[in-house]
Amino acid sequence: MVSLFINGKKVEAEPSQTILQAAQKLGIHIPTLCHDPRLTPTGACRMCVVEAEGARTLVASCATPVSEGMKITTHSELVMRSRRLNLELIWSDHPNDCLTCDKTGECQLQRLMYEYDVKTSRFTDCNPSSRPDDSNPAIYRDMNKCILCGKCVRICDEVQNQHIWAFSNRGMQTSIATAFEKPLRESGCVFCGHCVSVCPVGALMDKPAMKKGRPWETRKVRTVCCYCGVGCSLVLHVKQGDILKVTADTHSPPNYGSLCVKGRYGFEFYRSPDRLKSPLIRDHIDQPFREASWEEAIKLVAQKLMEIKQKYGPDAFGCLSSSRGTNEENYLAQKFTRAVMGTNNMDNCARVCHAPSVTGLRAALGSGAATNSLADIEGAEVLIVSGSNTTEAHPVAALKIKKAVRHNGAKLIVIDPREIELVQYATVWLRLKPGTNVALINGLLHVILKEGLEDKEFIRQRTENIDMLRQVVSPYTPEKVEEITGVPGEDIIKAARIYAGTGKGMIVYGLGMTEHKAGSHGVMSLANLAMITGNIGRPNTGINPLRGQNNVQGSCDMGALPDVYTCYQKVDDPAANKKFSEAWNCQLPTKPGLKEPQMYKATLEGKLKAMYIIGYDPAATQANIHHVKSAMKKLDFLVVQEIFMTETARLAHVVLPAGCFFEKDGTFTNAERRVRLLNQAIQLPKGTKHDWEIMCLIANAMGYPMHYNHPKEIMEEVASLTPEFAGISFKRLEGDGLVWPVWDTNHPGTPILHKDTFTRGKGKLNDLLYTPSEELPDSSYPLYLTTGRRLYHYNNGSMSLRNPEIHSISSEEFVEIHPDDAGALDIKTDDRVRVTSRRGSLEVKALVTTRSRPGSVFLSFHFPETPTNVLTGPGEDMLALTPEYKVCAVKVELCAC
Amino acid sequence: MEKLKNPDDLVKYRKSLESKHRPDKIRIFICTTGCRALGADEVCKAFKAEIEKQSLSDNLEIVDTGCQGLCARAPVLTIEPMGIFYGRVTETDVPEIISRTIQKGEIIERLCYTEAGKRTPYIRDIPFYGKQKKIVLKNCGSIDPKSIDEYILRDGYAAISKVLATMTPDAVVNEVKNSGLRGRGGAGFPTGNKWEFVKKAQGDIKYLVCNGDEGDPGAFMDRAVLEGDPHSVIEGMLVGAYAIGSRKGFIYVRAEYPIAVEHLKIAIEQAKNLGLLGDNILGTNFSFDLEIKMGAGAFVCGEETALIASIEGKRGMPRPRPPFPATSGLWGKPTNINNVETFANVPVVILKGSEWYKAIGTETSKGTKIFALAGNVKNTGLVEVPMGTTLREIVFDIGGGIPGRKKFKAAQMGGPSGGCVPAQHLDLPIDYETVKEVGAIMGSGGLIVMDDSTSMVEIARYFMEFCQDESCGKCVPCRIGTKRMLDTLSRITNGEGKKEDISLLKELAEVTKTASLCGLGQTAANPVLSTIRYYLNEYEELINKKEAQPAAQPATAT
Ligand SMILES: Cc1cc2nc3c(=O)[nH]c(=O)nc-3n(C[C@H](O)[C@H](O)[C@H](O)COP(=O)(O)O)c2cc1C
Ligand code: SF4
Ligand code: SF4
Ligand code: SF4
Ligand code: SF4
Ligand code: SF4
Ligand code: FES
Ligand code: FES
Repeated sequence: MVSLFINGKKVEAEPSQTILQAAQKLGIHIPTLCHDPRLTPTGACRMCVVEAEGARTLVASCATPVSEGMKITTHSELVMRSRRLNLELIWSDHPNDCLTCDKTGECQLQRLMYEYDVKTSRFTDCNPSSRPDDSNPAIYRDMNKCILCGKCVRICDEVQNQHIWAFSNRGMQTSIATAFEKPLRESGCVFCGHCVSVCPVGALMDKPAMKKGRPWETRKVRTVCCYCGVGCSLVLHVKQGDILKVTADTHSPPNYGSLCVKGRYGFEFYRSPDRLKSPLIRDHIDQPFREASWEEAIKLVAQKLMEIKQKYGPDAFGCLSSSRGTNEENYLAQKFTRAVMGTNNMDNCARVCHAPSVTGLRAALGSGAATNSLADIEGAEVLIVSGSNTTEAHPVAALKIKKAVRHNGAKLIVIDPREIELVQYATVWLRLKPGTNVALINGLLHVILKEGLEDKEFIRQRTENIDMLRQVVSPYTPEKVEEITGVPGEDIIKAARIYAGTGKGMIVYGLGMTEHKAGSHGVMSLANLAMITGNIGRPNTGINPLRGQNNVQGSCDMGALPDVYTCYQKVDDPAANKKFSEAWNCQLPTKPGLKEPQMYKATLEGKLKAMYIIGYDPAATQANIHHVKSAMKKLDFLVVQEIFMTETARLAHVVLPAGCFFEKDGTFTNAERRVRLLNQAIQLPKGTKHDWEIMCLIANAMGYPMHYNHPKEIMEEVASLTPEFAGISFKRLEGDGLVWPVWDTNHPGTPILHKDTFTRGKGKLNDLLYTPSEELPDSSYPLYLTTGRRLYHYNNGSMSLRNPEIHSISSEEFVEIHPDDAGALDIKTDDRVRVTSRRGSLEVKALVTTRSRPGSVFLSFHFPETPTNVLTGPGEDMLALTPEYKVCAVKVELCAC
Repeated sequence: MEKLKNPDDLVKYRKSLESKHRPDKIRIFICTTGCRALGADEVCKAFKAEIEKQSLSDNLEIVDTGCQGLCARAPVLTIEPMGIFYGRVTETDVPEIISRTIQKGEIIERLCYTEAGKRTPYIRDIPFYGKQKKIVLKNCGSIDPKSIDEYILRDGYAAISKVLATMTPDAVVNEVKNSGLRGRGGAGFPTGNKWEFVKKAQGDIKYLVCNGDEGDPGAFMDRAVLEGDPHSVIEGMLVGAYAIGSRKGFIYVRAEYPIAVEHLKIAIEQAKNLGLLGDNILGTNFSFDLEIKMGAGAFVCGEETALIASIEGKRGMPRPRPPFPATSGLWGKPTNINNVETFANVPVVILKGSEWYKAIGTETSKGTKIFALAGNVKNTGLVEVPMGTTLREIVFDIGGGIPGRKKFKAAQMGGPSGGCVPAQHLDLPIDYETVKEVGAIMGSGGLIVMDDSTSMVEIARYFMEFCQDESCGKCVPCRIGTKRMLDTLSRITNGEGKKEDISLLKELAEVTKTASLCGLGQTAANPVLSTIRYYLNEYEELINKKEAQPAAQPATAT
């Protein structure tokens, strides 16, 4: 600590702090235009200058560290003169456009002109004005208004790591430009909008919001992003029932002001004309739908479900809820299924992504959730990123990984067959053959144990089964693992040493781990790795699944699974069964229900007759969709609750139109177990209802009383039945939410799990052998197909494709293929090719790229025109039955046309 | 070539060179650096062809050199051992020089330097040379810069050899501190103190950087040293590196100096071959590696934080200090940056000792200073004088006075960051402090002489335009402030000035001076302030007369 005097007042500050920060402590306001606490200070605008006794010139308080005994004057005559003239100079090079400028009201230049009472400039503008850049749909750029604060340059460099903006020219010609003045769309910009968010003036603007309203006309509503599991906190700017733009609060976790293109520009789907606006019914799926009143539709559903329950028994019904739904909705879905329908045939779309995480982590640690918070990534010394194309699938989490590497010197180990963008940041890249995860991790375990790099104390005190593990991994020598995985043995040794060599090693993984035949095994293997090196239970360690959809964590926590109630209380545990039976006033079934794929099987076997699917589109996103669709077509009764007419809804008897996430209150739980409030920003479209209301209506119509006035009452019920949620209430969630477990109403939440003991007591080291994928390439289908996500889109594309901004940037799919394979097939980029598996076939454009591993091709599943899942199948996780999306065999041919 | 394995090897090597040296041989030193633009290469070629033709190589040798100082007479040559100086030589003069001067000992009058109508063939009689004291330039113009042997013959690398054999790093720092050597890059910061900071700074890696960006219009001191005696800079850097504990250095050379880069490359290669650069220099455990970085063609890249950014491969833009480069410079490591001329002073300080060095100069400013004499003066060129020499001596005795019937009006010192020194200060002994007192700065050594026909407002406008063009554009007071001052000055010189323009200029000047981020902006207003200080009447006249002033560019040398 050093002490200094500001305007005669003494203040203490850390030596690393700036004069500006010290002044803020004293509540002294110093104007700034180029400062942002997230960015390296550059001292460009000179508005924050202050007088420092003994200094030759004024000093920029934002960039000058405090020192002992400093004497600072923040508003002396000279300082004020300087600030005023500075503003006058800026104004002399600025169009006088406040009257029509969209920035008016939140413009920092305007504010300072007011504060310093600078009315006009004595200097005339001599700069020829440049034309605004209107070339892309998201970011409007008017460099006439740029004051060259450089914040856009710095945030794109330092936070987004995309390096799009740079200063060019000198003197008055200086400007901010992309390389070679290319339009943003061709410059590598990923439209995260960071630059727009920091621009102090109207030089970079969110185009969709322009000319739609003034800042003071909008209501700011805080909510949570509806796309990936990072669960970014959003601020919606709402005017008269319309969302104009989305921003983020720089103080709010987990994103602290960052967003990706989906969060920032992917909000317009809510006003798509395609929204479902009325219940639709039909007797038979060959008939066209007809619009029906809510009364009629609800009556029909209630009646049909009762009939089937009576005729075939409770287990003839299955319910699938959505990881895009709120916690409250998921809770109600499983309550409906269990209490009203009397069956445990309850699942949610986590089945197709992170069910193996729940299974694997529960088996190893006792809790199926991420162990640490996303913020911990930044402070880790070693990061293993396995099976996660984080940059595209969880963009804001990727920023934290890059920050750890670039700014904090962390070492990154990437385990991925594809040359994902993070490979550029990696110390070691283990480019394994798809589906060989367990073998590779066994190889790492082998090296660590063989070289004695394990944390013996931790293993002894906190884990069990080390001896079996030792035995099982002993044959997995680097040589042997190289044979199986294709990863050079020396890289395996190097990675093992790096990870075992730190006390701050953090594992982050994605669907590339789980969507395999041995998906749950892969997760357990990663847990082994964390446990034998003691990298768990502390800050900056642990094993952390990046959840696919925004509420994968929550939908599982809420018991939308066949075998558990909320927070994994088992349905076959008599105590839990009793507790829930009493609370719900009925006798609940004890037999675990069917998992989603088992439901299709049961349907095809004629055992399952009716399904209720809420906000989930398995007919597009399940593997081997021909099979799934044929099952659905066999159902006696299918109810689908949706916002758009999806592939699944097309197979329904009744379609119930629901509200989307801007239109509802509720909570989401992100990948770090942070439960956060969604706040209704706009009215439900006419003709639609909240999901929770619909479920209540059906239950009531079926004679089971289900009454809530507001989702918060549902959360009260959850809290009363779930020890981990005991301290959670909507009131307490205001602000940044809480990270469960929250054991009581004073408990602050638990960002780090398994601190002193694992949820299951001792950590279980599971001894696992490598199991090859179900379907491997052969002479007829010689290539691996792996599937995954792209930055601009999400899931079945029903939301992301309905945003004009995003759609105009990315509107079609392409199959990624390595030049070696492409060459052999005479395929060039943009050629149309046919991809065929044993289950189906599709046409798509080719992209020849070394990103693909030789011998593997890649497709996303976002575009209805390219129904990738006709190809996928037949493998599934041995324990969780999650489809093996990451491996099947295909052939690729050039299209004749 | 065998590497020299210890200081004795170096001595032996020098001895062997000396034994081969033939003092009786006639040598013609031709400046083929700056004078190249005026045909020096052709002269050189003609000599070599003639020697070949007449088989004179036994007794006559041509030596390509760096700048010999009297650039006004370019292309120039010196004939030794006679000490004859010829200027404005063309290739057609070559056969005559050989047949008359070399073979018969006759003087060719028309090639001689003349002053007041008197022809002065011998260097020792030319006042331009007589009043100078060549410490830094002692080799420049009299050795072949492409030959390390010639440098070694002149006690080259004896300083680093002495340092490695007999001095601790602390002793080196103390010696340099005691010498009073101050940075020649402009600010005059004591070099020894700077070294001490970096030496004491925490860091596993430390960098040493030589600033050869030399962007002042008209200045070419550093260029002359790099072109004419590159080894002296390398040796200075070696001593510096040893003192601060650096193993890696960079020479940042202005992009427009291809000859300097060529000569440096050769010098570095030769030094490496002899074991004077690289690992285990002279067999000790001191190692130092040197890399050339080409400048980005911007004046501001001479500012040390911008220079660092530029070496790191980024746009050369200054950043706020602290942290100072001494604690966090290149790639965040402690970095010592000195000017070319500063480094070139170091070997002398070491060899002759700080006491000897201290004896030259004034109370506060020791040693000599090189000036690039330009503008309205007869002998434009490169001069080295002891600190404390008066402007009158430089302009009149050395410079030969003002051409034509014009009178001396003022000298602009310190280029665009400096100011003018008017006639009333002609007898001021020049050192860092005195120059500052009269409103100019020593700067890096640009000295532009102006006669009484010069419009001082136009001069101020010229330098302001330079600063505006060269402003990196980062900070408001400099980017826009210099532009608004330029607008105002242009208005005045266009005869459209207003009464309030002078106070407006002062107001703008105050803010650019106090609120700009780096030295460029902080000093950009100096020429305006200094001309207002001494020539307010010229401003007022222009404003009152409302007459346009012809645009002028002060003549610069070479
Ligand atoms: C705009 C600007 C340009 C500069 N250009 C040069 C230059 O070309 N050469 C130089 O040696 N120093 C230049 N300097 C000074 C350097 O920043 C630095 O002070 C100097 O290189 C330190 O070396 P010294 O201590 O040996 O003088 C410049 C400074 C400023 C502000
Ligand atoms: S950017 Fe700010 S100051 Fe400029 S016109 Fe818009 S509101 Fe006015
Ligand atoms: S939108 Fe993002 S990537 Fe594009 S320029 Fe701005 S900060 Fe960079
Ligand atoms: S565009 Fe905006 S953020 Fe970028 S430099 Fe200009 S004013 Fe600053
Ligand atoms: S990173 Fe995920 S949560 Fe954040 S804005 Fe993007 S899609 Fe939304
Ligand atoms: S003073 Fe001028 S050159 Fe220096 S940082 Fe500011 S704009 Fe750039
Ligand atoms: S805020 Fe400090 S210089 Fe801009
Ligand atoms: S004498 Fe040739 S450049 Fe100076």
